[in-house]
Amino acid sequence: MRVGLFIPCYINQLYPEVAIATLELLEKLKVDVYYPSTQTCCGQPLGNSGYEEDSKGACQLFVENFKEYDCIVGPSGSCIYHVKKHFDILEQTPDVVKVRNNAYELCEFIVKVLGKTDLGASFPHKVGLHKSCHGLRGLHLGSCSERMDPHFSTEEDLLNNVKGLELMKLNREDECCGFGGTFSVFEEAISVKMGKDKIQDHLNSGVEVITGADHSCLMHLEGLINRDNKPLKVMHIAEILNSTI
Amino acid sequence: MSHSEKAAIFNKNEAKVNWHDKALWYVREKRDNAAHGVKGWEYLRDTASKIKGNVLSNLDNYLIEFEANALKNGIKVHWASDAKEHNSIVYKIVKEHNAKKVVKSKSMLTEECHLNPYLESKNIEVVDTDLGEYIVQIAKETPSHIVLPAIHKTKEEVDELFQEHLGTKPSNGNPEYLTNEARKHLRNKFLQADVAITGVNFAIAETGGFVVCTNEGNADMGAHLVPVHIACMGIEKIIPKEEHLGVFLRLLARSATGQPITTYSSHFNKPAEGKELHIVIVDNGRTEQLSREDFRSSLHCIRCGACMNTCPIYRRSGGHSYDATIPGPIGSILSPGKDLTKHSSLPFASTLCGSCSNVCPVKINIHEQLYKWRQIIVKEEPQPFVKKSILKIAGKVLENRTLYNFAGKSARFMLKYAPKFMIYSKLNAWGNARDLPEVKNTNFDDWYKAKRKNKK
Repeated sequence: MRVGLFIPCYINQLYPEVAIATLELLEKLKVDVYYPSTQTCCGQPLGNSGYEEDSKGACQLFVENFKEYDCIVGPSGSCIYHVKKHFDILEQTPDVVKVRNNAYELCEFIVKVLGKTDLGASFPHKVGLHKSCHGLRGLHLGSCSERMDPHFSTEEDLLNNVKGLELMKLNREDECCGFGGTFSVFEEAISVKMGKDKIQDHLNSGVEVITGADHSCLMHLEGLINRDNKPLKVMHIAEILNSTI
Repeated sequence: MSHSEKAAIFNKNEAKVNWHDKALWYVREKRDNAAHGVKGWEYLRDTASKIKGNVLSNLDNYLIEFEANALKNGIKVHWASDAKEHNSIVYKIVKEHNAKKVVKSKSMLTEECHLNPYLESKNIEVVDTDLGEYIVQIAKETPSHIVLPAIHKTKEEVDELFQEHLGTKPSNGNPEYLTNEARKHLRNKFLQADVAITGVNFAIAETGGFVVCTNEGNADMGAHLVPVHIACMGIEKIIPKEEHLGVFLRLLARSATGQPITTYSSHFNKPAEGKELHIVIVDNGRTEQLSREDFRSSLHCIRCGACMNTCPIYRRSGGHSYDATIPGPIGSILSPGKDLTKHSSLPFASTLCGSCSNVCPVKINIHEQLYKWRQIIVKEEPQPFVKKSILKIAGKVLENRTLYNFAGKSARFMLKYAPKFMIYSKLNAWGNARDLPEVKNTNFDDWYKAKRKNKK
C-alpha cells in the first residue's frame, strides 16, 4: 500500500515537528509513505470563509498530488474533513472520487486501516484530549456528547495504550475551542473567550499537556496559554504517539 | 452592527458571559440526561425528520386537508401571505368583537410579525403571559431565546424591573416572591381580557385540531377565559396524523428543557359552545425558503431551542447579538432567507463545530447550511475589502507551488524578524489576546529534502 503524506500548509510552515513526528510514526509502523513535494493546502480556509470558488485551483492541485496513492494520510482532522466533505465543488472525476474516498486523518488511519492501537509509545504525563469538532462530528473519530450512541474514541484508544500516560476527564469533553479558521479573527472576542474557557477546563482537570488530532485548534489554545502564562503544554497527538522515554 | 461587534460588547462583562454560558449549559445537560432516558432516541430523531420531510414535500395537500377538517370542526380558518396580512387579520377579528384587551401566550410567529406594536398602535392592550415573555415585554426588549426569552436577565435584574413596573418590594432576586407577584398581576390580566392569542406547536391535518405546549398553562388560561381564541401558525407546523404527535411531544420538551413532556400539551379541536376559535395560517417567506433546496430542511424546526443551548457561540454572545426574531444556529440559517443584507453576518457567527446539527431533534443539518449560506453571501453582499482581497490572493497562492513556497518563507521571515509593534497591532485580531506561533528554523519541506533525499 502506497500512502501519500499530506502535510497541511500551516503545519509545514510553522510546526515542522508535527509533520516530522507524523512521518516517523508512519515509518515506524512500516507504512510505505511518500511526500508529494508540490502539495500546498486543501483549500479549507477559503471554503469556510465563503470563497470556495476561489479554492478550486488548490483543490485540483491536491487531487493531482495525491491521485496515485492508495491512501492519503494527514495529521489534521479538519483538513481531511474538508477534502471528504467539500470537494464536491470539483467535477467528480474518478481521480477526485478516489482521493476523497481514501483520505484519512492520522489516528483514523492507524486504528481503522492498520488496525493498531498499541504503538509502543510512552509518555508519563497527565494529558487532556481536545476532541476537535471537524474530526469528531465530521469524521466520526469518536462518539459525540449530543448523540445517544455507545461511547467510542479513536484517539482515546491510542492514548490509553501509551505507557505512563494518564488521560484526564474534562467537564465539557467535546466543546469547541473557538478556533474555527477565519472565525478566530473575524469573531475575535468570542473566539478568545471560548479558548480561555477550554483552557480552564483542562486546568481544572489537572492536565499538564493538551493534545489533539488537529493542530489548528492547538495553535489557538497555545497562543492563549503563552499570552496568559498558563502552566500547560500543547502537543499534537502524533508527537505523543511517536515519543519514547 | 454585525454579530461580532454586538458579541464583543456583550463580552465586556465577562462575569455576565460566564453566568449566561453556565445557565444554558445547565439546560443542555438536563437535555442530555433526558435524552439518555429514552431508548431509541436516535431512531426517534430519524422518524421525526422523515415525517417533517414528508410534510414539506406534500405541504399543499396537508394544509388543504387541515383546513377542511378544521372548518368541519367549526374553527374559522384564515390565510395570510405575510406579516402585514397576518396582523390585519388578527386586528379585524379583535375589532369585530370590540375587544380592548388581549392576552397572548408565547408565540414566536407573532414576534416575527411584530404583532404587539401593531395592535398597540390601534389602542389595543397586549399582555404577554408567559413569564419570560412578560419580563422582556415590560423591559421593552425582545426575547433573546425562543424557549427561555429572558435568559439574558439575572434574578436581580428582574427584581429591579418588577419594582419599577409592578411596585414590588426589593427581594434580592427571590424567585418565589417574584413569580408570585407576577402571577397575581397576570391573573388580573387574564380575567379582564377579551381575546386570547396563542401560537400553535403542532397542527394535525387528519383531525383539523392543534396542540399548544406551555409549562405555565398560560395558553389554556387565556383561551378558556375569553370568548374569542385566535391561534397563529406558520404553514410548516402541520403534521399528517394524530399518531405522529407522540414522536414530536417526546422530542420537544426533552430537547427544550430536559423535561419528559411540557407541563401542558393542550389539544384544541373545536370552539367551546358559544365561543369562537380562529386559526391564522401564515406563510411570511416560508414558501420561498421551501423553494431553496439547500435550505428547505430548516423548515423542519419545531422551535425547541436545543441548538441555542448547545451552541458555544450563542452561549457566549447572548441572543440579542443575533438581532433576529430567532437567534442562534437555527436563526442563522432562517434569517438570511428573509433579509440577506441585514443578516449577512449570522452564518459566520459559527465555527461550524456541528454540535447544533447533532442536538437537533429533527436532524436539520444546520452547520452545513451555515457553510452554504457563506458561499452565497460573499457573492451577493459587499464584503470588507481587506478580507476579500486576502482570500482572493490566498486562492492564487495555494494553487501555485512557487508562490506558496515564496509566501510560506516570507510569512515565516516576517513572524521571526518583524518588530513586535507591527505584528501585534490593531490590524492583527489574532494577536490581541493570543501569542503568535514561534517560528522554527526550518519548514517541513526543507527538512524533508535534507533528510529523505531518495523518496519522491
